[in-house]
Amino acid sequence: MKILEVSNVNKRFGGLQALDDVNLTVEQGHVHAIIGPNGAGKSTLLNCFVGRLMPDTGSVIFDGTSLLGLAPHEINQTGVSRVFQTPEIFEDLSLLDNLMIPALAKRDGAFTLNAWGRVDQDAEIRDQAEHMLEDVGLQDKRHLQSGTMSRGDKRRLELAMCLVQNPKLLLLDEPTAGMSRADTNNTIDLLKKIGERGITKVIIEHDMHVVFSLANRVSVLAQGHVIAEGTPEEMKEDQRVKDAYLGAGHE
Amino acid sequence: MIAPTTPRKDMVMFIVFAIAILTLPIWMAPLGGSYPDLLQKFAIFGLFAVGFNILFGLTGYLSFGHAAFLGVGSYTAVWSFKLLSMNILPAIFFGMITSGLFALIIGYVSLRRSGIYFSILTLAFAQMSYNLAYSVLTPITYGETGLQLAQYDPRILDAQATVEGGGIPLTNLFGLEMQGWPGFYFCAVVLIIGFYIAMRITRSPFGMMLLAVKSNQNRMNYTGLNTRPYTLAAFVISGIYAGLAGSLMAVTDPLAGAERMQWTASGEVVLMTILGGVGTLLGPVLGAAIIKYFENIFSAINESVLHAFFGFLPDFIENGLVNVASLFVGKGWHLTLGVLFMVMVIFLPGGVIEAYDRIRKRFFSKETRSSAAPQAGDD
Ligand SMILES: Nc1ncnc2c1ncn2[C@@H]1O[C@H](COP(=O)(O)OP(=O)(O)OP(=O)(O)O)[C@@H](O)[C@H]1O
Ligand SMILES: [Mg+2]
Repeated sequence: MKILEVSNVNKRFGGLQALDDVNLTVEQGHVHAIIGPNGAGKSTLLNCFVGRLMPDTGSVIFDGTSLLGLAPHEINQTGVSRVFQTPEIFEDLSLLDNLMIPALAKRDGAFTLNAWGRVDQDAEIRDQAEHMLEDVGLQDKRHLQSGTMSRGDKRRLELAMCLVQNPKLLLLDEPTAGMSRADTNNTIDLLKKIGERGITKVIIEHDMHVVFSLANRVSVLAQGHVIAEGTPEEMKEDQRVKDAYLGAGHE
Repeated sequence: MIAPTTPRKDMVMFIVFAIAILTLPIWMAPLGGSYPDLLQKFAIFGLFAVGFNILFGLTGYLSFGHAAFLGVGSYTAVWSFKLLSMNILPAIFFGMITSGLFALIIGYVSLRRSGIYFSILTLAFAQMSYNLAYSVLTPITYGETGLQLAQYDPRILDAQATVEGGGIPLTNLFGLEMQGWPGFYFCAVVLIIGFYIAMRITRSPFGMMLLAVKSNQNRMNYTGLNTRPYTLAAFVISGIYAGLAGSLMAVTDPLAGAERMQWTASGEVVLMTILGGVGTLLGPVLGAAIIKYFENIFSAINESVLHAFFGFLPDFIENGLVNVASLFVGKGWHLTLGVLFMVMVIFLPGGVIEAYDRIRKRFFSKETRSSAAPQAGDD
């Protein structure tokens, strides 16, 4: 079953055609990797899925509903969570609070005026948050102010914030960039583990090790265009892909 | 580390707070501040600042127009005295309702922007309200003279008719007249209730979302939360607090004037909150009390007091010092306030509460000295 269908998406920034007629289908339960040289338009494409950017033309259908024109919070409420290329977390708050907020958003919706109950006495939400922190190995830091952590830890926290919502579709923009090899492997294990829960993932990654460990399908983007698509093994051998990377002088 | 709060710690803080407020007349006596007029101001401005902090301290949205709601509360309360009854409960009730509606409209428009643009919009709205009250709306506000009670006001709910030559009746709570100490105790109880509600809000899921607004609105949106209704609700709640404070002013002194809405009044509550400690529960009340206390002292000092003070010095030095010092006292007290504020923001941006925390850390808990991150509502 297709869970995400992207058809004929175009996006121009002034004179730059950042996305050029992009078509993409993601199967339910798959891990779909998007690779491509710097500036290929990968982040721009994700921005079009979550309401940060409005494509000039085209459609994005998730689970039967069009995402275009919805506000970011409405898109999230349909079951799409996103990890950003630079971690977006609540830097002033503790790790525990960082996880309780998305858990509350999932359970109580986009707005609830619960101004009387004590949030720290909400056992259900607290348990979810604590368990998730354990899953990503950050339980010892739960009372730490999240902004004081290393970049790798921030990434893991952001991933946990998305996972605690148990999304149907998880969008990951370079989730292992800036991580040590050991942390990268931990993240791969974590993503594999949540794969068992059947969460569909779209993952942008430069690290081929990550791509080959996780992905079922790979789409290659270059200059805003999908130049090739297939299994990871096929893409490894594909001449067009090698040219795109070499042509752009990368990897 | 951010020390987690517990219901127990909060309860202790609340009880200590309530006792401290109710015993103000006793322990302010040695400080020369034990009279109802001043202590009422502590309570009323404390309430104003507590409400302001729900917006500014939790969401980070800095309003420069909250005096408008204070003024609306006062005008409404005085009208309630004139038309309905000298009982203070309807006056307070309607004061809160009208200021809340007012805040809903102003907040709805102003919150379309954030940062400095939001501040400017609220400032513009408040100045507009001030000008309306001062001139255009004279039939309602009595412009320059201010809105006052008159002997032959209808007061349709009050049982006994106005007695010929009996003077204007006093504001009262079912017969208990709100002058002097009863006036203070009533305001004190309202402050304690207001403080308790603010504490509950801060610790609630709603309060947590307001902190999230301050921290990262972007992440909030992508987390499935609609930030707009959260900020608007916070704005309206803090507007209602301001309206409540405004109606209490009318309760203790039943008149209302446009100057209550002026930008200086809006600025004052910002100073109180920052001076005490933004985002803390106790800070705003402390800030309000400190400013009102020093205002009281400094504005009472005049040149003859200064001459007496510096009298032991040779004449030419005495006169010089008196000339300089007199700039800072009496009507010039705001200059002192400005200096105090600058010193505070430069050396202690977290306000009095931060100063207290630092001292406590240094002397009492050597082991937790490492990394102290300020948390909203931390006492
Ligand atoms: N908001 C924007 N306004 C103008 N140009 C933009 C905007 N966002 C992206 N671009 C441009 O669009 C192109 C694609 O950018 P994008 O961030 O999507 O690349 P990417 O594939 O994610 O690259 P990287 O691997 O470096 O993250 C780049 O040339 C970038 O400068
Ligand atoms: Mg990118």
